[in-house]
Amino acid sequence: MLDIQLARRQGRFQVNAAFQARNTGITALFGPSGAGKTSVINMVAGLSRPDGGHIVVHDRVLFDSDHGINLPPEKRSIGYIFQDGRLFPHLTVRGNLTYGMKLTPRSQRFIGIDQVVGLLGIEHLLDRRPARLSGGEKQRVGIGRALLTSPRLLLMDEPLASLDLARKSEVIPFIGKLPAAFSIPIIYVTHSVDEVLQLADDIVLMNYGKSVIAGNMPEVIQRPEFQDVLQARGFFDGVDGRSAGLPLLQGPAACLKLPLMNCVTGEPARVRIRDRRE
Amino acid sequence: MGALSLTALEVESLRLSLWVSGWAVVGSLPVGIGVAWVLARLRFPGKVLLDGLVCLPLVLPPVVTGYTLLVLMGKNGLLGSLLQKTIGLSFSFNWKGAALASAVMAFPLLVRAVRLSIEAVDQGLEAAARTLGAGPLRVFFTVTLPLILPGVLAGVILCFARSLGEFGATITFVSNIPGQTRTLPLALYTLTQVPGGEAAALRLCIISILLALLALVGSEIVARRLNQRLKG
Repeated sequence: MLDIQLARRQGRFQVNAAFQARNTGITALFGPSGAGKTSVINMVAGLSRPDGGHIVVHDRVLFDSDHGINLPPEKRSIGYIFQDGRLFPHLTVRGNLTYGMKLTPRSQRFIGIDQVVGLLGIEHLLDRRPARLSGGEKQRVGIGRALLTSPRLLLMDEPLASLDLARKSEVIPFIGKLPAAFSIPIIYVTHSVDEVLQLADDIVLMNYGKSVIAGNMPEVIQRPEFQDVLQARGFFDGVDGRSAGLPLLQGPAACLKLPLMNCVTGEPARVRIRDRRE
Repeated sequence: MGALSLTALEVESLRLSLWVSGWAVVGSLPVGIGVAWVLARLRFPGKVLLDGLVCLPLVLPPVVTGYTLLVLMGKNGLLGSLLQKTIGLSFSFNWKGAALASAVMAFPLLVRAVRLSIEAVDQGLEAAARTLGAGPLRVFFTVTLPLILPGVLAGVILCFARSLGEFGATITFVSNIPGQTRTLPLALYTLTQVPGGEAAALRLCIISILLALLALVGSEIVARRLNQRLKG
């Protein structure tokens, strides 16, 4: 269980976030730009200090203002994947990947380099330097670098924001595989409805520095607060269902005919219908 | 052949110059990087004062710096007598004093070059290293230092070249003693003071120019290598 409750004043901007997340799956921290999402995960990672509150990850207290606990980032075992990659330019891809791994005691490592390199498909890049990687490759290396510290929690700060559409679809499947492959919970910061619908299991909605609602994805997307955001962005609704033999999707209320759908019969699928009404 | 080989005096002053400048660089580099980091990263009351103090030798007449060193670090000086008594380190009228004078004079150039490169380092990379499990000291040595290496190199070359040319503070602080403090510029000055020394002075002049060129070309080559490394 992740238990997060924090407050911080940044100039005239007040961040107030309180939510809990499960130990598995992807929790999307969702909201418009400037809602304070990155501020929240920076505090969780220990890169900035909250004025008050607490951060508990897997029963381990990382920060508690009442008890004067504030672990430095290097003691938190939290992997952080940055929007801009932040690979070390003076190290090769291999050097970047092993930087944090070497600092993790052998007894605490449960993720191996071969496993990560294989999953992310970056074998052929190992001897390159970051300057010679594409945006998508950089992000995959950044994910691998964080994973190899065997973290208890992964933070992702809009990892796809700086990528074009083709690069996005190159990285998304890897992120989707992570929770199952390594059983590490992920907090995923994004302002993209697309990414929320494709990746999230749970969702925390943030606006004006405050966490508005938090909960299970299918429930939260029914809530009026979330619908307001979706409608403002030109989205109508999400439909969850199961593939009922190609090309049909069996939803809760109706069966949709989707000629371009490509998935195995019986597999869960989610369809997003764009609102074209002007 | 005879015109091309160096005289004993030239060899002595050349070796002494390289020795003194080398020690000036080695001694001031760790302090210089530390001060540059403090000036680039920390905010504290009195920072303007420290900044000014570091830059002072750049704007003071070298004689003033040399005389201040004599008063402070000389045999009977405030710090000099203390160092002599406690660890037996003396800067008065020997090559160590010459190295100290050179280091002090070149210090602002070193600090400026290193400080600029520290300010150019993306602090996001250092934050990333922290989340990967590295403490502040390790982050400095494994991320910050490798990234500022080109700036450090520029500072070292400037510091070295400035030390080779140091004259005013040296002659005031530790005088002009053959084999101890008579570096290239001091030897050149001595030759211009004796009748018939013009030819020998001209030779030292040419040696100085060649030495400075060598240092600059060398640094250019190393800087290119370093940049190549960052570009993959």
